[in-house]
Amino acid sequence: MDEPLNVVLFSGTDDRLQAASVLVAGAAALGRPVNVFLQYWALDAFRADRINADHGLAPEAGEAGRAAVDALHAAGQAGWAETLRQAKDLGGVEIEACSLSMDLLHLRQEDLDPLVDGVEGVTAFYLAAGDGQVLFI
Amino acid sequence: MTLQITRQVDARGLTCPMPIVKTAQAIAPLAPGSIVEVLATDAGSVKDFAAWSRTTGHQLIDQSVDGAVYRFVIRRK
Repeated sequence: MDEPLNVVLFSGTDDRLQAASVLVAGAAALGRPVNVFLQYWALDAFRADRINADHGLAPEAGEAGRAAVDALHAAGQAGWAETLRQAKDLGGVEIEACSLSMDLLHLRQEDLDPLVDGVEGVTAFYLAAGDGQVLFI
Repeated sequence: MTLQITRQVDARGLTCPMPIVKTAQAIAPLAPGSIVEVLATDAGSVKDFAAWSRTTGHQLIDQSVDGAVYRFVIRRK
């Protein structure tokens, strides 16, 4: 399992980020390197001033989905940002912002949560990805 | 089987993948051969600990279930 897992996060809703954070943390716990590349609305969710805000759910969640997500959270489930923090604590997890998306959203790195290690272009992402799988979420 | 438990991880109430994440965090700084005992309530943890142990090389030396609580005993590689 030396090939990294490469996760491109595009969606910025809490449910997709939560599911993605579980995949990242699981791979990290297995000792597998993980590269996370933040694009578009996922990058927006990593803004320091709103990372802990409510980012909504994917449309298919509906009201029942909202209630289920809230119940799990109320029962103490770690949120996606906390899950990613724990994953990074294990080592081997690199989170990079897509430079095009930074331009799109008029962001500078200091606007982002410290979970984000840096800003890079897609070529640098592919170089880090090597022959590992790429997931787009 | 009497084992000297070096570290306990109480992952009861934590959802996937936190039992594995907390265990991986706890075991990393320990000396090889150290024994870690984990308690978890996540139903997925039975297959997860087996897979994690196989992949990482840490040895799952005992497991049991008491009601809704799963117990895993792992020897650090």
